[in-house]
Amino acid sequence: MLLAVLSGFLIAAVAPWVHRGLGRHSGWALAALPAVLFIYFASFLPALGETDGGRIILEYDWIPSLGIQLTFLVDGLSLLFALLISGIGFFVVAYAGRYLEGHRDLGRFYVLILAFMASMLGLVLSSNLISLFVFWELTSITSYLLIGYNHEDAKARKSALQGLFVTVAGGLALLTGLIMMALVGGSYELHELLTSGDIFREHDWYLAILLLVLLGCFTKSAQYPFHFWLPNAMAAPTPVSAYLHSATMVKAGVYLMARLNPSLGSTEDWMLLLGLFGAVTMFVGVFLSVRSTGVKQVLAYSTVMALGTLTMLIGVGTETAMLAAMAFLLAHSLYKGALFLVAGILDHEAGCKDFLQTGGLRRALPVTTVFAGLAALSLAGVLPMFGFVAKELLFEAVLEAPALAGLLSVFAVVSAVMVVAVAAIVGIRPWYGPRVDTPKTPAHEAPPALLAGPVILASLGLLFGLGAGLVDQGLIAWAAAAVYGAPVSPYLSLWHGFNLPLLLSGVSLALGLLLYLNWERFRRFTGFMAVVDRYGPEAAYEKAMAGMVWLSEWQTRVLQNGYLRYYLLTILISTVGLVMVTLFTRTHVHIDLDLSGILVHEAFIVAVLLMAALVSVTTRSRLGAVVSLGAVGFCVALIYVLFSAADVGITQVLVETLTVIMLVLVLFRLPGFLGLTPMVLRIRDAVIALAVGAMMAVLKLAASTTRYADSISEYFIQESQPSGYGRNIVNVILVDFRALDTLGEIVVLALAAVGVYAMIKFRAEDRK
Amino acid sequence: METLMAFTVGGLFAAAIYMMLRRSIVKLVIGLVLLSNAANLLLFTQAGLLRGAPPLVPEGAMQPAGAVADPLAQALILTAIVIGFGVLAFAVVLIHRAYEVVKADDMDQMKDTDT
Repeated sequence: MLLAVLSGFLIAAVAPWVHRGLGRHSGWALAALPAVLFIYFASFLPALGETDGGRIILEYDWIPSLGIQLTFLVDGLSLLFALLISGIGFFVVAYAGRYLEGHRDLGRFYVLILAFMASMLGLVLSSNLISLFVFWELTSITSYLLIGYNHEDAKARKSALQGLFVTVAGGLALLTGLIMMALVGGSYELHELLTSGDIFREHDWYLAILLLVLLGCFTKSAQYPFHFWLPNAMAAPTPVSAYLHSATMVKAGVYLMARLNPSLGSTEDWMLLLGLFGAVTMFVGVFLSVRSTGVKQVLAYSTVMALGTLTMLIGVGTETAMLAAMAFLLAHSLYKGALFLVAGILDHEAGCKDFLQTGGLRRALPVTTVFAGLAALSLAGVLPMFGFVAKELLFEAVLEAPALAGLLSVFAVVSAVMVVAVAAIVGIRPWYGPRVDTPKTPAHEAPPALLAGPVILASLGLLFGLGAGLVDQGLIAWAAAAVYGAPVSPYLSLWHGFNLPLLLSGVSLALGLLLYLNWERFRRFTGFMAVVDRYGPEAAYEKAMAGMVWLSEWQTRVLQNGYLRYYLLTILISTVGLVMVTLFTRTHVHIDLDLSGILVHEAFIVAVLLMAALVSVTTRSRLGAVVSLGAVGFCVALIYVLFSAADVGITQVLVETLTVIMLVLVLFRLPGFLGLTPMVLRIRDAVIALAVGAMMAVLKLAASTTRYADSISEYFIQESQPSGYGRNIVNVILVDFRALDTLGEIVVLALAAVGVYAMIKFRAEDRK
Repeated sequence: METLMAFTVGGLFAAAIYMMLRRSIVKLVIGLVLLSNAANLLLFTQAGLLRGAPPLVPEGAMQPAGAVADPLAQALILTAIVIGFGVLAFAVVLIHRAYEVVKADDMDQMKDTDT
């Protein structure tokens, strides 16, 4: 399993060379990988059948010493997704080899699409929340690179960035939500969390977790109001749109909602949020779809519709709804994958990117026409197709919904009407009617690599429809059981008899066709919607991005102002504030103001030291400042000597002497002090300086009564003579115990000397 | 004595910070010298103050007799003093060089990288 998930990354790494070696056949060669994976995943079906829709857990030691494992979870839901990903992946890779034939960057495309496939497989199969999140973000990143595949096109770059921002922002929320889940549930393993639903539903954090996780899912799955990035992502090459933006990536959010349903689902909040957002997304998606004329736009918006439908069904949460969701998921992946690939053929063979440019292509592209029609029938939900089964279940589920049944039913029926119109636009408009002059005249039917996908996917839609019972007993039921959290009784069939759902189906078909006939009028009539676009979610996104730039400009101007003293002031004030607050609110400070035991000469030295420091700060004479600085240094040296640190004292005397000499030599080449700052500011600085000084004094006093660990000094004292053969312990530490530190010190000094020398030398040469 | 030293250290820090907040780059350097003295003294005090007990082993003995001052803190301060001097030497030459370019002892005229 580990190899299966990672093989995509491995093959991706060598894909450019495969491409170079095999040339135009590279698409078929690389498509072998998803094909093999599909067979591998299919081999889990019998095992899953034996456990009767249970789950198989595969564990791999990742970091055994830390007890971290890589866990994969195979159940109906993850297997359904894995099969869709590898199955559709096969057609897409083969298709891309032909569609992008001769493209300069085709090698890179293979790398990205295979890496994406592997990430997606990892996402649906991971049982560990953290690895799930890592794969989740990997799909965002590979999707970003794929949308921006035509990187010389400014619009593609912008769309790619938009998709990335929206999904990654949601991803951050998701990460927080998942970590909170793990904290509440006490485990990072999904298969352990899924059995402990009540812990979540009754926990105080439930709403927070729910909102955070849903934010991640909604952005990923393009739910209203985050739907806008999906149509823009159509800047990607068509195979990418077919794969990422219809069959796989956008369904990642749906997958996660379905996956977490046993843990977080079936509460009132869950039903309301998912039901409402799903229904609104469904309606907005299909409405915008009918309004569009661009081939990929129509399909993209109808994908938004499908994602909304799935979210709504998961929200409804009944057994029927789960079955409906899984059936709809499969049906949608089949027909939408096929239709996107057909859109690619339209573009590739006839140069059409807009439905208004098309018409009467059935003679030129007969095979495409037939299978586009078949897929469109499934989209519309016409009788023998699998789409019909899904649609029947959908109506049944919303009619029986435990909450909001009336509202959801109205949304579902109105949407279904428009879906039929969309299906007609896709399935009838380009192929029948009078021949329209297309940008390119198709010379022949599309080649097999392009046709394979639409033909097989659309045929499967028909096959599953006719044999609804076939898929019913198996995968769909198991997937629904995984989502529902308990076994579901199989239910799918083509014919349910005359009932309300069938009536609604019929009504929506008739009205949908009527709408298609009045398509032009509908678009004209809804022309006012263009105004709404200007204030819609996408405009909000643009505003937010502009706001971010403005904010960073503003904070750069304020914080990175170029004045050292303001940087210092910011740092100091924050430090004093934070340290003081912490010291007095979080700890019990004991300050011992014991002034006894001070000898007279010590007090005298300290007094001189403080006086000298004061003079060096206040004097306006440079010589005065340097001399008093020297005095401070010598007083410090005296303190060292008085308190048993002879070596330090000697060093301090030497260094202080050198410092004074150097300052005198150099500073007197510079102009005198000017008094640049007005009095008020000087007082402000003095206050802050005193605050810092006071903080240090208090810290020192507080620290002298606290000790957290024993000092290592005792070891040095004991071992100086026996191990180091030296009687001066400080010296032994410097040259023996901590000799490397001293070496470092020497290096620093040498570097400083080189620097000084270079600057003097450089200046001398400058003058020549 | 440690209480008195705490106030001394505080005073030195205050003086150092005040000088570092000035516009004159020479004052900044003076502030740096004061700051390094203050930090060294803080470390020294924190290790404990002992009169007349240098960390030395008497001749012929294996260990010092009785308590001695903390040798580790002294070794650290020794290193710090020397490094502080290296940094100071570099800084002084640097500001001299900067003055030659900018022709002013004013940091407000050095905040662009273009000069």
